[in-house]
Amino acid sequence: MLPAINVMKYMDGWRASALLISLLVAVPIVVVLVSMLSVTGDIWEHLVENVLSELLVNTVWLVAGVAAGTYLIGVSLAWLTAVCDFPGRKFFSWSLLLPLSIPAYVLAFVFLGIFDFTGPVQTLLRGWFGAENVHFPDVSSTGGVITVMTLVLYPYVYLLARNAFMTQGRRALEAAASLGHSRVSGFFRVALPMARPWIAGGVLLVVMESLADFGAVSIFNYNTFTTAIYKAWFGFFSLPAAAQLSSILVLIVFIIIVMEQRMRSGMKFTRAGREAAGGGRIRLKGVWKWTAFAVSFSVLLVAFIIPVIQLLIWTVEVFEEEFSFRYFGFLTHSLLLGIAGAIIVCSLALVLSYSKRHHPDKLSGFLTRTATLGYALPGTVLAVGVFIPVAYLDNVIIDVMRNMAGLEMTSLFKGSLFVLIIAYMIRFMAAGFNTINSAMQRVTRSIDEAARLMGMRGIKMLSKVHLPILKGGVFTAAIIVFVDIMKEMPITLMMRPFGWDTLAVKIFELTSEGEWARAALPSIVLIMAGILPVILLTRKGERS
Amino acid sequence: MKKSTLVMILALVFVFQALAVAYASEVVVYSARKEHLIKPLFDAYTKETGVEINYLTDKAGPLMEKIRAEGKNTPADLLITVDAGNLWYAAKSGVLESVDLNVLQKNVPDYLRDPGNRWFGLSVRARTIVYSTERVKPSELSSYEALAGPEWKGRLCLRTSKKVYNQSLVAMMIAEHGVEKSESIVKGWVGNLAAKPFSNDTKVMQAIVAGQCDVGIVNTYYYGRLLKKDPKLPLSLYWPDQQGNGVHVNVSGAGLVKYSKNKDEALKLLAWLSSEKAQNLFADSNMEYPVNPSVKPHPNVAAWGDFKKNLINVSKAGELQAEAIKLMDRAKYK
Amino acid sequence: MSAMLEVKNICHSYGKTSIIKDLSFSLTRGSIGCLLGPSGCGKTTVLRTIAGFESVTEGEIFLNEHVISRKGFTLGPEKRRIGMVFQDYALFPHLTVSGNISFGLGKIGATEKRLRVSSLLETMHLADVRNKYPHEISGGQQQRVALARALAPRPDLILMDEPFSNLDVSLREKVSMEVRDILKEYGATALIVTHNQLEAFAISDEIGIMHNGQMHQWDTAHELYHQPATPFVADFVGEGVLIRGVVINNNQVTTGVGFLHGQFMMSCREGNEVDVLIRPDDIVHDDESSVKATVLEKTFRGASIMYTLLLDSGEKVLSLVPSHHEHPIGQQIGIMVMVDDIVLFNRERHCNVGPGPSEKQAVTESR
Repeated sequence: MLPAINVMKYMDGWRASALLISLLVAVPIVVVLVSMLSVTGDIWEHLVENVLSELLVNTVWLVAGVAAGTYLIGVSLAWLTAVCDFPGRKFFSWSLLLPLSIPAYVLAFVFLGIFDFTGPVQTLLRGWFGAENVHFPDVSSTGGVITVMTLVLYPYVYLLARNAFMTQGRRALEAAASLGHSRVSGFFRVALPMARPWIAGGVLLVVMESLADFGAVSIFNYNTFTTAIYKAWFGFFSLPAAAQLSSILVLIVFIIIVMEQRMRSGMKFTRAGREAAGGGRIRLKGVWKWTAFAVSFSVLLVAFIIPVIQLLIWTVEVFEEEFSFRYFGFLTHSLLLGIAGAIIVCSLALVLSYSKRHHPDKLSGFLTRTATLGYALPGTVLAVGVFIPVAYLDNVIIDVMRNMAGLEMTSLFKGSLFVLIIAYMIRFMAAGFNTINSAMQRVTRSIDEAARLMGMRGIKMLSKVHLPILKGGVFTAAIIVFVDIMKEMPITLMMRPFGWDTLAVKIFELTSEGEWARAALPSIVLIMAGILPVILLTRKGERS
Repeated sequence: MKKSTLVMILALVFVFQALAVAYASEVVVYSARKEHLIKPLFDAYTKETGVEINYLTDKAGPLMEKIRAEGKNTPADLLITVDAGNLWYAAKSGVLESVDLNVLQKNVPDYLRDPGNRWFGLSVRARTIVYSTERVKPSELSSYEALAGPEWKGRLCLRTSKKVYNQSLVAMMIAEHGVEKSESIVKGWVGNLAAKPFSNDTKVMQAIVAGQCDVGIVNTYYYGRLLKKDPKLPLSLYWPDQQGNGVHVNVSGAGLVKYSKNKDEALKLLAWLSSEKAQNLFADSNMEYPVNPSVKPHPNVAAWGDFKKNLINVSKAGELQAEAIKLMDRAKYK
Repeated sequence: MSAMLEVKNICHSYGKTSIIKDLSFSLTRGSIGCLLGPSGCGKTTVLRTIAGFESVTEGEIFLNEHVISRKGFTLGPEKRRIGMVFQDYALFPHLTVSGNISFGLGKIGATEKRLRVSSLLETMHLADVRNKYPHEISGGQQQRVALARALAPRPDLILMDEPFSNLDVSLREKVSMEVRDILKEYGATALIVTHNQLEAFAISDEIGIMHNGQMHQWDTAHELYHQPATPFVADFVGEGVLIRGVVINNNQVTTGVGFLHGQFMMSCREGNEVDVLIRPDDIVHDDESSVKATVLEKTFRGASIMYTLLLDSGEKVLSLVPSHHEHPIGQQIGIMVMVDDIVLFNRERHCNVGPGPSEKQAVTESR
């Protein structure tokens, strides 16, 4: 790479790339944070006085609740399908990932539509027992929003935890048994702690997603930092006030990431024992096997089957009115952006993870933490942060072209697919990196050393030795990013070239006018487009 | 990075650029009004004049930030957005240009356009009271303010204060009654709520139908949509303040982008949108009211009755929007 | 002395492949036993059935006179009071050295726990690394942590699966002696699986030779060497070679290395065709001898040289001689065999010489 950089001893291609990537992510965040320096005066005062305490409490509840919920559901389902055997295990092992393809705002709307006062459940209950005798818990509450977010986000934890359990090796559990620990105790004291980096990676994604979520919380009218950021911007017309709130959010995320990394510094997690769990599943018996079935089925039912049925009902109602051949275009755009984005994000995440492995020092830690911050910012805020510097760069180049060559043009980078995909990278680096980096921990030093002895270095080591080992992790990351990009709205809206409307854009158009039933068609197409790779993903996991 | 990689990236940028430019043509519109509401209009315009329209939809905030960031090099000619607050802010932040065009001033009444002629309302949205025909007699109703009265305790449903429609409504109340009185009215509303504020108007009406509450405040076109699905809907609209200032109205509207490269064509389009021909298409697509006084609303909409509109200039809603939000925050109106 | 572990006629099969066939042995309290055999002979599976990770399809296993496995019943591994040291140690990566060692100390008090861990750390020379994580310490240290972890709950029996295979060759003997000392110090009963006979000889009181899922002989190292029960044992233990011979009378046999005269370890009839065990140290260089052999290969072993010699009969034998006896490859030298006890096996099945594997049981029990 650049010869000048080689002079510095700790600098090499990997380091330089990591620097570049984190710089790319840092720029929009810095742009957002810098705009907070402009005076907002009374708006900020008002926010601190009247809403900040509520926001903090609400946000903490939401994050803690969703983290706990996804941990509980994700880890227990992962354990059941990865290590135990019960009726329907094979089916559940892949189908439990399907909620990944459902956007949070869609489930939120469906959930409220079914369970709130006007929904069929409560109406039916009132019809049976009389209005006075029905005391249904208020679903439009903290508990309700936590439930919905948990059901949408648990697949992140499930996916990574399952991956960990499947490859953990039986040895450690056998060792625990030989030391007098029952299966239950072995699970809590060995399997679970050993899967911690993977689970933590999944929970971290969940935490960041729930901090950044706007759609679901606004449908529940639940005030969080994100809704306040939107209010500051669109209500008070104060981007600086929005930036000030965003900076608190970024700070919270940074602290969480640092805490998580501190917690497991010094530990290294390579698998114990060569045998995979495959051979000897724990056969659940009697009540337990049906409990396992019931738990898996109810999660699938609530998180996927019911919302999809509701969406299908709506789709049938609106199909004639809503469907046109333009939908093929929307679908193609969504798929193309998702695939291109997934490739770019995963390649760069790999570079980042590899650079960190090459230089396991503080600077690397800082760079990777920075590079993954984009995931926690509300999409719209990040979109502006990306757009402003790009437009600035454009303007400089356009002016130069005009003055030097007399060329007239209106845009160069902005509104180009290239920049749109870079923006996706900035947003979803965490989704790619956390997964790939967890997998990277499984490549032992000795593997590196063995390969090094055979003359492998750099890219060659990556492609010949690491990639085959990391294949599963990279594939998982690619699917997560792919589905995330297809669901993504604000960046796509702001950065897309003319004519590049996607399914998510269509959903936005319809839902923001309250046309929920009509939005069912693009939603269902989006979900279907996301399902196939999700199924592929689990097939893959099953084999390895 | 290797030189060849750099060259490849640059080449890619230009290829993508060429693709993007291939779509570009005569008039470029940034619109916060949704695609399915504006596309039929643009199609009609293109059919009539042969002028191609290129549009990009997004929320108002990002669109304005986008125009500001693009500065002199913005491709946008026209900005269409919803709600007077957004239009007011667009004008204030200097992305719109003042337009002196007789036909526009004739077609759009004073109170529905910017005093500086930087934007023009194109359709009117009325925010009014909706009530259960089973549990409320129209004679019990009078004004927005009256909904704060003790007789409505536990009978009122509202949409969230985060929606700009309610922010505009309260802003107009401040313009009329001042901050103190408005605050006590909003507090009265909050005290009367039968359920936590809903995330949209349709939910408010569904709650009234289901018996969770008896009255609410909604935009008329949401009522129209629900009525279309269920003609026997046990709900009716009430026009408040008919002896006073009249029903609160808001607009969707458009303005000329300051750095537009194609002002002539952009203005032609703007003028056309306010014309009799386009007005029905514009308003009817969403069951709204036309701004042009010589154009009648759609028969279905007209059937809800005539009403007196509040004639305070809608830009007030923008000016007082921040004040209104603060007030609602203080009143714990979520 | 009572048997701590008694394995009675166990069988184990995976699908249709039978891994262990009718295998028995027993281990007295406080002694160290060893299962020795080539890779894939089923010795690790025996260990895993004793640990409770696999079940038996026939037979029984007793620990401390209680049955822990029989057909249709397998006591859970965690209830057996059996400690295990895994081949790859299977240390818990998320726990420190102390954390690993105290992992099995469930129900005892905190003070007792601390005492036990620190005494183990002391004995095992691990006190300096007590707060490190497994990946931060050396292979030898990891090995000791694994042993300490298994010893900590004071199990009735310790199983060790190829415990030294991950260690440096130079370390192995030293560590295995250390381990023996520690096991003896704690009065532990242990069963070790290995494929390395030197290791087995160094550490164990009794050794079982396994092949193809069967136990060929369960005995002391000395007996295995000098009184192998089957040709396999004779071949596997030491570097013996079997060459053809014919019995002349009850203390003479004629072979490719000439007449051998000595005491037969098994009774044989005149005229029986037999295989005679020739160990490398049985053959000495003697220029006067009429028996000649050609040097085929030689391996320098420091104090001695191992020669591979080709006999006129076409058979090969090994000869270990002091290393100042230099012979180039291809040279013809005179040799003679010096044996007192002659180990031989009948080639014809009808002859009742040494026991085959199937008859081993009778032999074992008659002892």
